[in-house]
Amino acid sequence: MNAWAITKRASFYLLVLVIVVFAVFPFYYAILTSFKSGSDLFRITYWPESISLQNYINVLGVGSFPRNFLNSVFVASITVLLALFLAVTASFALARVRFRGRGLLLMTILGVSMFPQIAVLAGLFELIRFIGIYNTPWALIFSYTIFTLPFTVWVLTTFMRDLPIEIEEAAIVDGANPWIIITRVFLPLMWPALVTTGLLAFIGAWNEFLFALTFTISNDTRTVPVAIALLSGGTQHEIPWGSIMAASVIVTVPLVVLVLIFQRKIVSGLTAGGVKG
Amino acid sequence: MAHIQLKNIRKSFGMVDVIKGVDLEVHSGEFMVFVGPSGCGKSTLLRLLAGLEDITSGEMTFDGQLVNALAPSKRGIAMVFQSYALYPHMTVYENMAFGMQLAKSSKEAIRERVERAAEMLQITPYLNRLPKQLSGGQRQRVAIGRAIVRDPKVFLFDEPLSNLDAALRVATRLEIAKLHHQMTGSTMIYVTHDQVEAMTLADRICVLRDGLIEQVGTPLELYDNPQSMFVAGFIGSPKMNFLNGQIAEGFGANTIGIRSEHIEVSDREGSWKGKVVHSENLGSDTYVYVDIGAGEPVIVRQEGKSMHQPDEPISIAPIPDKIHRFDKAGKPLRH
Amino acid sequence: MAVETAGSISLPRTKTRSELMTQRLAAARWFLLPMLVALAIVAGWPLLRSIWFSFTDAKLNTLYSAEWIGFGNYLRWQTLSSGAIRWRGVLADPDWWNAVWNTLRFAFISVSLEAVLGMIVALVLNAEFRGRGIVRAAILIPWAIPTIVSAKMWSWMLNDQLGIINDLLMKLGLISQKIAWTASTDTAMTAVLIVDVWKTTPFMALLILAGLQMIPKDVYEAARVDGVHPVKVFFRVTLPLVRPALMVAIIFRLLDAMRIFALIYGLTPNPKATKTMSVLSQENLFQFDNFAEGSTQSTLLFVIIAVLTALYIWLGRVNFDAEGK
Repeated sequence: MNAWAITKRASFYLLVLVIVVFAVFPFYYAILTSFKSGSDLFRITYWPESISLQNYINVLGVGSFPRNFLNSVFVASITVLLALFLAVTASFALARVRFRGRGLLLMTILGVSMFPQIAVLAGLFELIRFIGIYNTPWALIFSYTIFTLPFTVWVLTTFMRDLPIEIEEAAIVDGANPWIIITRVFLPLMWPALVTTGLLAFIGAWNEFLFALTFTISNDTRTVPVAIALLSGGTQHEIPWGSIMAASVIVTVPLVVLVLIFQRKIVSGLTAGGVKG
Repeated sequence: MAHIQLKNIRKSFGMVDVIKGVDLEVHSGEFMVFVGPSGCGKSTLLRLLAGLEDITSGEMTFDGQLVNALAPSKRGIAMVFQSYALYPHMTVYENMAFGMQLAKSSKEAIRERVERAAEMLQITPYLNRLPKQLSGGQRQRVAIGRAIVRDPKVFLFDEPLSNLDAALRVATRLEIAKLHHQMTGSTMIYVTHDQVEAMTLADRICVLRDGLIEQVGTPLELYDNPQSMFVAGFIGSPKMNFLNGQIAEGFGANTIGIRSEHIEVSDREGSWKGKVVHSENLGSDTYVYVDIGAGEPVIVRQEGKSMHQPDEPISIAPIPDKIHRFDKAGKPLRH
Repeated sequence: MAVETAGSISLPRTKTRSELMTQRLAAARWFLLPMLVALAIVAGWPLLRSIWFSFTDAKLNTLYSAEWIGFGNYLRWQTLSSGAIRWRGVLADPDWWNAVWNTLRFAFISVSLEAVLGMIVALVLNAEFRGRGIVRAAILIPWAIPTIVSAKMWSWMLNDQLGIINDLLMKLGLISQKIAWTASTDTAMTAVLIVDVWKTTPFMALLILAGLQMIPKDVYEAARVDGVHPVKVFFRVTLPLVRPALMVAIIFRLLDAMRIFALIYGLTPNPKATKTMSVLSQENLFQFDNFAEGSTQSTLLFVIIAVLTALYIWLGRVNFDAEGK
């Protein structure tokens, strides 16, 4: 290997290193910070020096954070289950039955997922108050449907299209109606797609901020993103960075673990929705 | 057992006419093969029979009952697909039992029929396996088994052997022939582009071209008395030799056709002189390609091994009463 | 964006429709109904209401007794006693135009950066080397972290006194004084861009990667046999072939970037330099009780995005028609 090839190799790996460090460092640093306590926070260090669990105790023991965490889990799970249920049947119709206006309908659904959430905020606010679910998790489950539903429909339709036509025809000859086809023939074949879609929708719902900020006002109905944003210290100017980082880590680690486990599926799910769609 | 009647069946996909007016009768218990080149509409016709596509116009009756509007599962049919179409997540047993389960049959009735069909096709040892654990040939037998379990009046086969390799194809062809003998009440309709399958399996063959029927008849009828140049050229392997020009005029026709098995190497009265272009030795037969100055080389079949060198002069003579004469429109001329 | 399905059973143009078709069409209707109803309730109605509010003088407490004032919230004028005409309304509000400018500035810069960087990362991931899996896992981390959490994490890193970024830059001698990234007007937008690029480049990279992976390998091999310089290969071969995927990713991101809220809220709560349309609207709706004004702003944003979305869909269809799909 000559000098030029070695230089190329080296710079490639340098680039790789830069990318990895840039991507991971903030997360690493947040973890690092979360294990510092008290005055240690005022010293800037790059490597772990001492581990203290004080911040975690603060976040978990006092206040409503654990409750907020559970709220997030509850809201995200129910939203996703609801969306998947509605989307599975809808995507069958959109992918496997040809009818007039189908293309238009698909475009409309895509369009809805492009709505800026702020545009429906006022109307949703009125509606939620009217139904009486303001300041409850149900307000969030209700409003999150606006983006989880189109997304799951769109991705599941792409997956449904790919199922072979002959299996469906064999089922038709066997006497299966569309509901049976979905539940006993397609669903068993599609469950990896359901997991992926569900996971992506879960992450989206978990992450959501604007609706959560607007539709919940008391500490124990809030979800995690809002809770973190509003974490404040004793006085106006004292920002509890340690606690904020600890809370961030608690919120993020499960997500990161999930994402790393399901990497391949997530990547294919994202691109199915993006490129093919 | 079902007598099928097709009256002026037409099928269009949007602006495109695929089936342009087909009249056909399939007798009860008969093995009818639809054969023809790609795009002739044979698969479409099969799907119309199955009810997987709607008939644009015309009438289709099974045993006198109009079935145009009936769903596939109500027509008493079963279908064997080219790609087997087995449910990947179900075992062989479950695949075969699915239809009866949907019809709410009793567990005992299901078990009895599935086991009997498995016995017939020798797939009993695989009943608890998943399709992905089976070979292509085994999967195809399961697909046939699934059809048998439905106890249909009509079996529909959509090019079932195309996905198998050559040796397996011959073996499975035998299975299907045996099946027909065993299930003497079932009408069977079989689609293929392979005329060997057609000739060997069919009671009658229906040759389709471009959405219309060219000819219907027994294999030997099609072989001996083709009603058009198309059928003459389609049936029989190698393809019938066609000659026009002076030689044809000598027989009073626009084109004459003679099969390679009906030409002899001899220099008797009426023979054609030419040069050997190429010879193919298959062990049991030899096919000699002879250029007699009339366009394409004429193929001559000789039994056994014979050695002919390229450029060797040779005389070949057709058997007189095996010569087919065709007019300009490709229709046969009567003697 | 092909919407024609290769393998679905077709609807015939005949008068006699078989049981099968009838059954399937009926099923399709029943299957679509719940979803459509849900979307109508959750998206359709609120949108119409929001738009309606923008034409009234609604306040948080008087939502139902709001009165219609037409385009008054958008643009109206008052004639003063001095004879001068004063324009009022969102379209005449400098804060609004500032927000529009911020939003556009943010959207275009961030998407450009993310496209270029995303392309680089995608090219890296497309190459085969040991540790590729680690890189892919690593870039999924920024994507997985909730936006608001990212905002806080970077807030901490960009903190002027305690932040590690300032510390690092000073140690490297690149700056002489600590910069108040999120507070100062000059640098606030830069801070937002840094965080957004960090968070969103992975997504762009993955979309572009999918496009790259669809390019057949033998095209590159042919180029190599022909001895074409790698840079030329990129511009003449790779880029044209990956363009459809790239365009989809860019336009998708552009639409997304126009709606941005959480990042701004969490990172730079106040400066004029970063207030985008969503942020301004939300403020007016709920913090300042200018409900009608907020609705007006959100409706305008909706219109802008609707136009861009229509463009996206139209371009997508045209794009794919041209590709012969």
